[in-house]
Amino acid sequence: MNNLFVYIELQEGSRVAEVSLELLTKGRALAGQLGCLLEAVAIGTGLEDIATQLMPYGVDVLHLFDSEGLYPYTTLPHTSVLTKLFKEEQPQIALLGATAIGRDLGPRVSSALDGGLTADCTALEIGDHTDTATGKHYENILLQKLPSFGGNIIATIVNPEHRPQMATVRAGVMKKAILDAHYQGKVVHHDVKEYVTDADFVVKIIEHHIEQARHNLKDASVVVAGGYGVGSRDNFDSLFALARELHGEVGASRAAVDAGFVDHDRMIGQTGLTVRPKLYIACGISGQIQHTVGMQESTIIISINTDSEAPINTIADYVIIGRVEEVVPKMLKWRKALHPLTKREISESIDQS
Amino acid sequence: MNADGTINRTALPVIINPDDMKALEQALRLKEQYPGSTIQMLTMGPARAADVVREGLYRGADGGYLLTDCAFAGADTLATSYALATAINRMNGYDIILCGRQTIDGETAQVGPQVAEKLGIPQITYAEEISGITEGRITIKRHTDDGMETAEAPLPVVITVDSSAAPCRSRNAKLLMGHKRSTITEWNLADINGDAAKCGLAGSPTRVKTVGSIIPTIKESIVIGNSDEEIELLMKELQSWL
Repeated sequence: MNNLFVYIELQEGSRVAEVSLELLTKGRALAGQLGCLLEAVAIGTGLEDIATQLMPYGVDVLHLFDSEGLYPYTTLPHTSVLTKLFKEEQPQIALLGATAIGRDLGPRVSSALDGGLTADCTALEIGDHTDTATGKHYENILLQKLPSFGGNIIATIVNPEHRPQMATVRAGVMKKAILDAHYQGKVVHHDVKEYVTDADFVVKIIEHHIEQARHNLKDASVVVAGGYGVGSRDNFDSLFALARELHGEVGASRAAVDAGFVDHDRMIGQTGLTVRPKLYIACGISGQIQHTVGMQESTIIISINTDSEAPINTIADYVIIGRVEEVVPKMLKWRKALHPLTKREISESIDQS
Repeated sequence: MNADGTINRTALPVIINPDDMKALEQALRLKEQYPGSTIQMLTMGPARAADVVREGLYRGADGGYLLTDCAFAGADTLATSYALATAINRMNGYDIILCGRQTIDGETAQVGPQVAEKLGIPQITYAEEISGITEGRITIKRHTDDGMETAEAPLPVVITVDSSAAPCRSRNAKLLMGHKRSTITEWNLADINGDAAKCGLAGSPTRVKTVGSIIPTIKESIVIGNSDEEIELLMKELQSWL
């Protein structure tokens, strides 16, 4: 009772999503601080080898709901399982990935339990809280931190009276780490029929079509990212050219995405991707906290900005004061001059032609 | 921002949320496809938010409601969804509830699913296109993290419309003239027979503990200009990092 729960998201049937392993790692640390158990909930079809994927992350109890119809994910059966399980087990904390599934399921469950849910947290900690209005003191509750509306501020959200304290976290925000390859928790096989009714299966998935990822921004070692200061969709071409030359990928701030300069799937930040490249070149990005939480762990940061006071400059290793449309072509020119194509690349380009 | 950490919405302009416009367009298409159906707009906010409802009327919605009461202020997503669901139940029945996937301020994408749960009906999130309704079942193309899927759900249903959906049509000049001064039904807490303990800040399980400005890890930056020589030097250094 009163343990920390992580919802396990599954891909291609029975492969655990990275974000779930990241949450188990964070959950393990928080459970250690709280002196409670780490429990995982896996709902799907054919989950025989799930335990071997999860246990090394320090799972004390794995709740398995393995039955036909539970994969692919649909909202209602997974909601019914979590809602009933949470009523029985009374977790103090429940974590979900801020994925298409977690963002569909989390609010549904929180609404069923009349509990609070904080979306897209960028840090989770344990701490105390005193309610300023009632003076009531709460110990060891979940501090849910996230960039807040309007400007460079971080809000800490708490959920003092309701359990579980629920939060979603984007993939890549937390880091996964195996605790012990031989960790052995308990596996509980639940009778799915006691949790799910036929009425939960009214929504049918007729067709699922996997689209090839258009880029590998998440794992790129060089990211050339553009903001509103890039000025136009056409101006992004030079960023793509520089990224190509550096064997990197193009990213963007929310402002550039909203302005229509670049597609939404390239957005870096709190509600987009989190990246940790070796080199991050921020072109015309002011550096609102919503953006910097998604790139601040880059090894080397170069900021190109006309504004010497742009907030991003405070976390940059190099600040180039200048216009993106002047600086980026110069970088491209010198990169080409200093780094002529290798023999292999030349032969590849001959092959292609 | 208010002293309790909630957003002071009276200080902000009221705009119609971009994803909500996408939802409105889907509603207008359904109305065209299924003659006889009607569209009601619903929003919650200060009195000025009536303009949001009006934007719907200018494009072909049949009527609308504004939930406005101090009791609704300071609501988190759960308290918001309680108020909306209670108001929806007060209306004259419904088949489809369309809403934007998320707002551009909070971006939590939580209210749609939370309303669906309160109403006890299914939900389809991240919808891009509604293919049609056959024998009481609606077919919807939706986004997943790895691609697209086609889902089929019975009515009534809540559909949250993705930003990738078709943009909303412009205002219709005739409707604009006709609705410029039309009154929007305003509902307060008593009108929807709501429970004050479940609304606004009182009904919000989440609390803002602190709002702090962050002190970023300030690095010692090297500031350079954009002359050819300086960029050349930088690109030479860059060689060694990659």
